[in-house]
Amino acid sequence: MTPRNGLTLQTALSTHIAAGGKCFVPYLTGGLPGWEATISAAAAAGVQGIEIGIPFSDPVMDGPVIQHSSQKALDAGATPAAIIDSVASIDVEVPLAVMTYANLVYRFGYERFASELRAAGISGAILPDIPLEEAGPWCEAADGSGVETVMLAAPTADDDRLERVVERARGFVYAVGLLGITGERESLAATSKVIAARLKSMTDKPVLVGVGVSTPQQAVEVSEVADGVVVGSAIVRRILETGSAEAGGELMAEFVEALALG
Amino acid sequence: MGEPTGVGRFGSFGGLFVPETLVPALQELDEAFRDAWADQGFRDELDGLLRDYAGRPSPLTECERLGAELGIRLFLKREDLNHTGSHKINNVLGQALLAKRMGKKRLLAETGAGQHGVATATAAALLDMECLVYMGEVDMARQELNVFRMRLLGAEVTPALSGSRTLKDAVNEAMRDWVATVEHSHYCLGSVMGPHPYPYMVREFHRVIGNETAEQCAQRIDGDGLPDVVVACVGGGSNAAGIFSGFAEHPSVELVGVEPAGGAAIGNGVPGIVHGMLSFLKQDEFGQVQEAESISAGLDYPGVGPEHSHLHEIGRARYVPVTDDEVIDAFALLSRTEGIIPALESAHAIAWVSRERAQLAGKTVVVNLSGRGDKDVAQMMEIMGDKL
Ligand SMILES: Cc1ncc(COP(=O)(O)O)c(C=O)c1O
Repeated sequence: MTPRNGLTLQTALSTHIAAGGKCFVPYLTGGLPGWEATISAAAAAGVQGIEIGIPFSDPVMDGPVIQHSSQKALDAGATPAAIIDSVASIDVEVPLAVMTYANLVYRFGYERFASELRAAGISGAILPDIPLEEAGPWCEAADGSGVETVMLAAPTADDDRLERVVERARGFVYAVGLLGITGERESLAATSKVIAARLKSMTDKPVLVGVGVSTPQQAVEVSEVADGVVVGSAIVRRILETGSAEAGGELMAEFVEALALG
Repeated sequence: MGEPTGVGRFGSFGGLFVPETLVPALQELDEAFRDAWADQGFRDELDGLLRDYAGRPSPLTECERLGAELGIRLFLKREDLNHTGSHKINNVLGQALLAKRMGKKRLLAETGAGQHGVATATAAALLDMECLVYMGEVDMARQELNVFRMRLLGAEVTPALSGSRTLKDAVNEAMRDWVATVEHSHYCLGSVMGPHPYPYMVREFHRVIGNETAEQCAQRIDGDGLPDVVVACVGGGSNAAGIFSGFAEHPSVELVGVEPAGGAAIGNGVPGIVHGMLSFLKQDEFGQVQEAESISAGLDYPGVGPEHSHLHEIGRARYVPVTDDEVIDAFALLSRTEGIIPALESAHAIAWVSRERAQLAGKTVVVNLSGRGDKDVAQMMEIMGDKL
């Protein structure tokens, strides 16, 4: 299958940005009961891309909300293959990326994982525990299958390291907004604008800020500098609390709308 | 057992599979450790603490009664006699001094049985540092005494409430904390596991066990001065790595790591990636990490240090399982025959020697007695109290 709407993740985001838009990419946990409907709800809300989590038993980059949704999905029997299979039959035209941890991909086999993503029409992959130093074998497989590996860029990196991260990133550069794991925060961390600005000065690739962006206001605030945001915990919490894909969709629409108004 | 190659690799195992946020800190730690390790001033300071504070060198005790009963010549390396009651203090004093040298004032640690947590809390008290220990909720219940000891020493103990609520989850929580606090905190990891440089650095801090044992053997064993077999329990594998490092260069010495049957990463696992390293790992067909199940909280870990995976792969060491029941018997056996109550972890090594006595007949065997059993007596009283 070609990527959704025939574009790569990077082209789709860049086109939106070039037209003056800001990107909103929600994270949704795959394998939660009823999760397919949340993907459709995201597409209907007008998001620019969707990050689909493949749950792992030991998600070290995730805070309580995504730990909880991951465990719930695992308890419901979620597996990487089943999630990828389901995605193949979800009819949305938004570019998709999976977000998961190294071991699930390693166990699956890097080449096979990359080619199955591609076959399911998934453009990108985000693997938060595969930093630059370990990225070689996976990226080779991903590049070979045309899967875009989104790299994380963190506030702790010096400029030299950021340059190398940016160079290796495909799809977009995932700017980690703060020192910490995923989860909602009262206010936007000062580090988020700083890292976004550092990255924007280095690259024309889309720069999206994730981790700690919790409200539409915070999304707008950081997008004064960044090209958009990735939001996970706030949306997943809404979905877990209401058990409703529509409620999740409404919140996603609020983010999209706020970013469109600027 | 030399330096890792490439990105922290022992053969094909090891590595640096961590969130991007932590990579610069780990690189800085690697440099700081190598710099300190090459600095005689640092080495002297650490040696001074190991001698005057921790009580090193630890004795090598010959077990005449148990040896006679098993038909072997048996020595115990007495890490149980170190201050805080286990080998863990060797690594902790090293890391705490290093953290100070790096200008970090807060120590983070995970703990299973509580021995590493107690050792870290002790070093923090000694060196006037803050200390926060993550401990699985299940382990806090079964190792209550150690929770109290840590608090008495001034450390904060926070329960890990996710997953199996044991050691694996305590590591997750410590890593999550460190992602947020990396600028001021040092993660004092408790075994030869995790991302580079920990497996290498922690082994070097425990090398003192192997060095001392080799020297003691040379004085006490006739002929080549070497034992036939060196045995240690393996959770993450730090006490084993420490004592193995004194003998790995001598091919005649057999190295045996004893894993709990319910948490045998090498015995029952396949290579996988968790907690920053590629190593043998108990996991399901999809790569979800499986919970370990062992009577001993300190070995209740589904992974193992990458250098052990390598030693296994090249056939230099072998890794064998023992059951909880065998461990209970060994706990009683050593207590009764030698007047030494072992930690449940260490009792795994005794259990293997006892089970394999026929195979070992006539040989000279050194067991690393990694810790003392005081922390386990409440738990064992419930298990075996009415049989006494
Ligand atoms: C006495 C004792 N021995 C062994 C271990 C296991 O650790 P390692 O395998 O790193 O030596 C522990 C861990 O808590 C321990 O307390």
